[in-house]
Amino acid sequence: MAKVPLQNDPFRKYNLTLAERLYFPAIAKGMGVTLSHFFAKPVTVQYPEEKVEISHRWRGRHVLKRDEFGRERCVGCQMCELACPADAITIQAGEVPPERRHLHTTERYSVTYEIDMLRCIFCGMCEEACPEAAIFMTPFYEFTEDSRDKLIYTKEMLTEKIGGPIFYKD
Amino acid sequence: MNEIGAFIIEKSAVGVFVFIVLLTIVAYATLGERKIAGFFQDRHGPNRAGPWGLLQVVADGVKFFMKEEFNPDRANKVLFIIAPTFTFMAAGFLMAVIPFGDRMIIGGREVLLQLADINIGILYILAIGSLGVYGIITGGWASNNKYSLMGGLRSSSQMISYEIAMGLAIVALILDHGSFSLRDIVLNQTGPIWNWSVFTHPIGFLIFLVATFAEASRVPFDLPEAENEIVAGYHTEYSAMKFGLFMFGEYVHMTLASGLIATLYFGGWSIPFVATPAEPGIFWGLLTFGVFWAKTLFFMFVFMWVRWTLPRFRYDQLMNLGWKRLIPLGLLNIFVMALILLWTGGAGMD
Repeated sequence: MAKVPLQNDPFRKYNLTLAERLYFPAIAKGMGVTLSHFFAKPVTVQYPEEKVEISHRWRGRHVLKRDEFGRERCVGCQMCELACPADAITIQAGEVPPERRHLHTTERYSVTYEIDMLRCIFCGMCEEACPEAAIFMTPFYEFTEDSRDKLIYTKEMLTEKIGGPIFYKD
Repeated sequence: MNEIGAFIIEKSAVGVFVFIVLLTIVAYATLGERKIAGFFQDRHGPNRAGPWGLLQVVADGVKFFMKEEFNPDRANKVLFIIAPTFTFMAAGFLMAVIPFGDRMIIGGREVLLQLADINIGILYILAIGSLGVYGIITGGWASNNKYSLMGGLRSSSQMISYEIAMGLAIVALILDHGSFSLRDIVLNQTGPIWNWSVFTHPIGFLIFLVATFAEASRVPFDLPEAENEIVAGYHTEYSAMKFGLFMFGEYVHMTLASGLIATLYFGGWSIPFVATPAEPGIFWGLLTFGVFWAKTLFFMFVFMWVRWTLPRFRYDQLMNLGWKRLIPLGLLNIFVMALILLWTGGAGMD
């Protein structure tokens, strides 16, 4: 068989051998690779039924913590509101009424505390900013609702219940 | 008169039976394609609608009917509506001559599981098979969209190029079998497994296989709908059930093309080493019917398997392969086959 002249092809560094020019060995090899995947176990996680294990440090839904005496740690300083890059947090601060002093650490507290979960980007800056270690993020990530209003979480929804279980597992 | 009535009833019954089985298999081929695509990519494929996703077909059908029927403003309305119907019809007509099974005797009457055993079966298939391109190019033209037109043009040039190679592969096969009738070709392949044409015509089989992929415009020859260059090709402007008919027609074409590969090169309905019994009953008929579909389904799997293995050809590569490789190879194949038959005195030499 005559020697194959070097092709004038800038993309080709060497002449292809006969087997390479026939394509069929390469096609057979490729079909073998795909067939091995055909019989491989699917890697899919079937989400609503199966869930992946996530880290306890996952930045999901927020929780407002209480201290060991059941008092709200949040003092309404609005540092988190200021730190929030997405403007998701809205706080109105006020003075604690005398009959509720046992539930708060100082005389200032947050009257309303709302997080818009549609605005939140789950960056965790509120956690970083909080001087009282009041706000934390939890591994809960399933925010599905049928209206936008339901995704504005109020203070009642965010605050830990006294002595009760952690709310986000309800 | 009685004879004619019985004939009409027999052919209608066989026709309806074969048609229903074919449509069911084609409908489930769409699900099968997605399932198999999933398995090849280490996924599950559709599995939400019904057990194992079996109701997905119904859901898709309902979706096609419920979608908005959109007609482009400047489209040629009549051609635009005819095109998908024509594609579907032309693909369906191929069914008429494919031998789905052997003859069987029901109530003293010999019934053939084939709609028409005409003595020019292969010519019929070549003729009708190339009609399908009219639907595609009409659809591309009627859409009044440059991408659609490009898709239609590509499709027609591809069909013309690969039909020649396919014809050449078939000529070599006809030389050997000495008949254009598909039933005769199957009957010639009964007996031991090495009677299958794939062992006597390996080169012809390869040419035919490649040409079939191009004819059915499947990957790697799906240039008429190359989405990275021409959006969706000839069916860019189609929506709802009109698009559904194009899709369905493509799957019918693929199914019958697989059936043709099985018939011409893999013994069709025949079972290796098993001869037709002297009194073939309905059981034998259904058995051969099942064997035919088993072989056909295997080739449909090969179609999908190749789809998830090979990338699409570039257009000049497609033409190169067709004209510079397959056609000379086909001619050489005929020449060699003719020489062999001349020496050995084959079936076509009397």
